[in-house]
Amino acid sequence: MESKDIKKEEPNKYVKELTQEKYKYGFTTDVHTEIIEKGLNEDVVRLISAKKGEPEWLLEFRLKAYRHWLTMEMPTWAHLNIPEIDYQAISYYADPTKKKEGPKSLDEVDPELLKTFDKLGIPLEEQMALSGMAVDAVMDSVSVKTTFKETLMEKGIIFCSISEAVREHPDLVQRYLGSVVPYRDNFFAALNSAVFSDGSFVYIPKGVRCPMELSTYFRINAANTGQFERTLIVADDDSYVSYLEGCTAPMRDENQLHAAIVEIVVHDRAEVKYSTVQNWYPGDAEGKGGVYNFVTKRGHCKGVDSKLSWTQVETGSAITWKYPSCILSGDNSVAEFYSVAVTNNHQQADTGTKMIHLGRNTKSTIVSKGISAGLSENSYRGLVRVAEKADNARNYSQCDSLLLGDKCGAHTFPYMDIRNETAIVEHEATTSKISEDQIFYCNQRGISTEDAVGLIVNGYAKEVINKLPMEFAVEAQKLLSISLEGSVG
Amino acid sequence: MDKYKTDSKEQMQAGHSTPLPWEGQGEGAGDSTVLIEIKDLHASINGKEILKGINLTIREGEVHALMGQNGAGKSTLSNVLVGHPAYEVTKGSVTFNGKDLLAMSPEERAHEGIFLSFQHPVEIPGVSMVNFMRTAVNEQRKYKGLPALSASEFLKLMREKRAIVELDGKLANRSVNEGFSGGEKKRNEIFQMAMLEPTFAILDETDSGLDVDALRIVAEGFNKLRTPQTSAMVITHYQRLLDYLKPDIVHVLLNGRIVKTGGPDLAQEIESRGFDWIKKEVNE
Repeated sequence: MESKDIKKEEPNKYVKELTQEKYKYGFTTDVHTEIIEKGLNEDVVRLISAKKGEPEWLLEFRLKAYRHWLTMEMPTWAHLNIPEIDYQAISYYADPTKKKEGPKSLDEVDPELLKTFDKLGIPLEEQMALSGMAVDAVMDSVSVKTTFKETLMEKGIIFCSISEAVREHPDLVQRYLGSVVPYRDNFFAALNSAVFSDGSFVYIPKGVRCPMELSTYFRINAANTGQFERTLIVADDDSYVSYLEGCTAPMRDENQLHAAIVEIVVHDRAEVKYSTVQNWYPGDAEGKGGVYNFVTKRGHCKGVDSKLSWTQVETGSAITWKYPSCILSGDNSVAEFYSVAVTNNHQQADTGTKMIHLGRNTKSTIVSKGISAGLSENSYRGLVRVAEKADNARNYSQCDSLLLGDKCGAHTFPYMDIRNETAIVEHEATTSKISEDQIFYCNQRGISTEDAVGLIVNGYAKEVINKLPMEFAVEAQKLLSISLEGSVG
Repeated sequence: MDKYKTDSKEQMQAGHSTPLPWEGQGEGAGDSTVLIEIKDLHASINGKEILKGINLTIREGEVHALMGQNGAGKSTLSNVLVGHPAYEVTKGSVTFNGKDLLAMSPEERAHEGIFLSFQHPVEIPGVSMVNFMRTAVNEQRKYKGLPALSASEFLKLMREKRAIVELDGKLANRSVNEGFSGGEKKRNEIFQMAMLEPTFAILDETDSGLDVDALRIVAEGFNKLRTPQTSAMVITHYQRLLDYLKPDIVHVLLNGRIVKTGGPDLAQEIESRGFDWIKKEVNE
């Protein structure tokens, strides 16, 4: 009897190992974490605010958002099949930095947490850190450490967790928080505004070119918790910053909710580059587990001649709902959206952008590359709006879909709303498939099928990958190949 | 001429193990090593049998021409040898350098030294020739236990080899075969052969779609790449490519079998007389 059982289990175990070893960030950190009770109500909102020692105005902001959220319904327009989410079954605050034994100095970080980020390739000791990159490391609901804070401060650059910003720079936060993504914006934005925990705050003063890449690394660790981070970036007149965001999560059988907001304000002649390599746990090959990634990202090109560029490489998450957008209200402002979204197995992605042209001579570029494999569904959804007063607005959109296999789906939903006759709007779309002949041609030259898919996919996504900062580009290339392993042949 | 003549009926006895009459002919025959040995090979595609018992032995340094009308099985044979997944081998064996070729994956066969110049090279948009070739060359080196070439070593090699087939440097920077003319695609095949230095090259109608000048460049390029160890199987309908390549042995494929084998004269005879007389000879 016993041996029979083992035999039955073996193949499953093998399959599990094979499919899961590919996600190398799936480990958990054993660290004492203070988690508040599951469920969401006004008391929870107050508790989060109290834990963070927030001023009254912020608690008010949260409560208004919470009350508004109660009146809203989850959006259903996306091409996604989202299982019902029980918002009372989630814990809204998890703090892994709270130690069991008495209070210690604020600067002291649990070595276990440092080790975790080391393992993720994000060393937080400044002497070991990647050169030219400052990192804010966020685990669950709390920022663990921000590197190079002092170095940056010398130039007047503020780079810290949003909780710290609320304490140290309340005027700036109050002025800009919710100014680009109001809490009424959508269901997930309202939820985030009510319960957001940590995230990064960046302020680049007038005329300053940030001397290093700024980066936030988000890590979900605790089980049954949601991560609701909030990032706010303000680039004052004539400033420049390049900001990177990375994220991973442990492999868990249950789904985890991640609902973030990123707001960016770009003043006169300033430029912000925002790059994301999104690698949340995508679930296993059977579609079990994985992160629900429901994110609202929006930038406001407020000043004249301002420029904002979004670059995203999306390979993780079970479900992605994300539309990094730009409001081009400054005259001559420029916005870009470069995206590669890969879905494999049972993953679903509905992602794209909104370009809202309000100012004159504004220009936007959209390059979206969707790659679908396995049983996944991958949709591009984009809106180009040109308002009445936006004379000479220009948009160029290119949306390509690449299919690997014949059980996956690729969809394009472009919306255009053009209200000014001088606008020039172009849209191109292609759908292609990796053919067996292409794979065999590579095989005959000694290139394995996996490598061939990697070559083709990276070639296809090159235009977007090239937009990433160097270190990230290499990482992203590898990630694309790994995400698609086993998807052809 | 006579010494190449065979009794086609004997050849059709599937599965015989005695050496075929033309085996071991030619200068120094018997001394040189057998590179590839095909025995009673049967293969089908979509359940339809195309190869019906191929027997063929190619030694180091030999160039064999494979002629025959459309549908005779020439391309099927080359596809089977490189392991195209659409074809199913139903019977027979192929040894390459003494190893069981049919047990190898297509990429292993490539690493072992088999190269196919495709009749219709496929376009791979987005993948630059440089990237493609670098991956291919370094995968082969890995297989042989050699370190990967550095970027500068690789580019130098690429420049050298490009010159052999007079391939424009600009083409090398483009995506694999994308937007190449028919002639450029064929030249690009020989360029890849130059990069990978196979011991056994299959040229599947490499002359089709080439004008006279391009044909000369491709053929001369191929000849420059030949070493005493390089063998080749050249599939063609026309004499003009063979004028350059000077095959040692010429085979005629008919209905999935080699029905006639001879020296270079056989190709000339086919050029002037066609295939009908051979069909009559073998009563098909």
